[in-house]
Amino acid sequence: MKRQRGLLVLAVVLLLLPLVLPNAYYYDIAIRMAINAVVVLGLNLLIGFAGQISLGHAGFFGIGAYATAILTTQFGWHPLAAMAAGACGTAMLAALVAKPIFRLRGHYLAMATLGLGIIIAIVLKNEAAYTGGPDGMAVPALGLFGFELNGEKQWYWVFAANLLFSVWACTNLMDSPFGRALRALHGSEVASQVVGVDVARYKMAIFVFSAFFASIMGSLTAHYIGFVTPNVADFFHSIELVTMVVVGGMASVFGSVVGAVLLTALPQALATFEGWETVAFGSILMLFMIFLPRGLVPTLAAKFGRGD
Amino acid sequence: MALLEVRELSKAFGGVMAVQEVSFEVEPGIVYSVIGPNGAGKTTLFNLITGIYTPSSGEIRLDGQPIAGQAPHRLAQKGMARTFQNLQICMNMTARENVMVGAHLGLDRNLLKGMLRWPALRRADMALREKAAELMAYVGLEAFVDSRADAMPYGALKRLEVARALAAQPRILFLDEPAAGLNPKETSEIDVLVKKIADGGVTVVLVEHDMKMVMNISDRILVLDYGKKLTEGTAREVRRNPDVIAAYLGKAA
Ligand SMILES: Nc1ncnc2c1ncn2[C@@H]1O[C@H](COP(=O)(O)OP(=O)(O)O)[C@@H](O)[C@H]1O
Ligand SMILES: [Mg+2]
Repeated sequence: MKRQRGLLVLAVVLLLLPLVLPNAYYYDIAIRMAINAVVVLGLNLLIGFAGQISLGHAGFFGIGAYATAILTTQFGWHPLAAMAAGACGTAMLAALVAKPIFRLRGHYLAMATLGLGIIIAIVLKNEAAYTGGPDGMAVPALGLFGFELNGEKQWYWVFAANLLFSVWACTNLMDSPFGRALRALHGSEVASQVVGVDVARYKMAIFVFSAFFASIMGSLTAHYIGFVTPNVADFFHSIELVTMVVVGGMASVFGSVVGAVLLTALPQALATFEGWETVAFGSILMLFMIFLPRGLVPTLAAKFGRGD
Repeated sequence: MALLEVRELSKAFGGVMAVQEVSFEVEPGIVYSVIGPNGAGKTTLFNLITGIYTPSSGEIRLDGQPIAGQAPHRLAQKGMARTFQNLQICMNMTARENVMVGAHLGLDRNLLKGMLRWPALRRADMALREKAAELMAYVGLEAFVDSRADAMPYGALKRLEVARALAAQPRILFLDEPAAGLNPKETSEIDVLVKKIADGGVTVVLVEHDMKMVMNISDRILVLDYGKKLTEGTAREVRRNPDVIAAYLGKAA
């Protein structure tokens, strides 16, 4: 019942939000919150639930965004085909990078994903013939079934529905045998092994799934904004995503949403301190690690006597 | 045929021979105990058999099939389950979920079905929730069904390990000092529990320091000392063995 209540609250908020959003600028912020929330949700499955790390998630997001941009404009692909190709390519790349690491034990995952993210960002910047280089490139609108998505108001509903579905799906997943095995290997790797969990395979599966998730969101975001630059894949974006996971709360589905909402709003609030966002995010990440390591939602939930 | 056969099994950690050319057989349906002073190699022996460590040399057979060096999750598929002397509980989960994880192999673990709340998978999971509560009652944890694992006392966590292992419906169960650190009352409850499990048809391999309990419930006993087999036999034989009295029982008594 608890999970249904949370989902219901989210649905109501998403439904009523347009009533108080005064103009396109605020719609845009709400949409960016929803986009970040979904990516962070996928990342939290990996970091919070399974206890693994990715410092290159923006790279996966970037691959999705650019797969969409390049395949639709330069090769004339259907947007859905481009999105699927980007997501599958991302999943394969993630599997390729992670396989040897998970067989060895996870310590090197942080370094490997960090490196991978940086390499992806560099490739996107340098392959100017395809990607437009540092200036980026335009992306056509997303047309489906003869209907073209236009403007913030239409996109709002796409991302709101997407977020609601993702929260529902992730909550389900973590309460299923697959999700329990993931949480168990986080809790005790050896205990989960002796009851039959193939630990390396599960880590790999959630890493690939999480990357797949990010890639799809990258594709959708590219269509929404109508333009992509290599910044979407850079290290700072990866750190933003990790910070959102930590602030909202590890292993908390609703924490992911809260973290994404708060930290998407932050740069808007800090607009007058342009250029200091990196410092702000770094400090927030550090302060939370030290003073509130469980993140906002789990800490509050514990305080008010109920689990998440 | 013996359910478990161990032949000339050895494990060296650097220069230390933690287990040295140990051989024994466990017939199905019995309680088989492994005793010996601290550092004798009992836990290492369990770790070798359940796949946590790879043997330096020697053979392990289950149902006559060689299993030495196989990964723990593969051995779980073959019907092995175990508990840990130093607790291995998932503190990030509830007590009941810890037990449910024990049933991992019996479930549909599909990611997509889990995500979409697939009805058949959901139904199996609801049934498992009940089963887990029953198992917890079976080991005497009915009061803790909906507790968080990290809020439970040590003695309860020892039992939770047993409940999780039982959830896997093993054929052979390895219990590493299930009564260590418990008071006499709790110890005698564990004693009863182990008997109950064995009577249920599960072959039990037990490491335990409590001599009264071991002598009481074991069909056969293996005595280790400095990684080597000192002797092996029925409780009566072992108790009479002068080497055992000198090396172990004499000191303990
Ligand atoms: N992972 C390990 N690395 C190095 N030495 C170990 C390891 N595990 C056990 N040992 C050593 O092996 C010997 C047997 O230990 P153990 O099997 O835990 O004994 P017991 O369970 O009988 O008390 C001890 O000397 C211990 O220090
Ligand atoms: Mg031991």
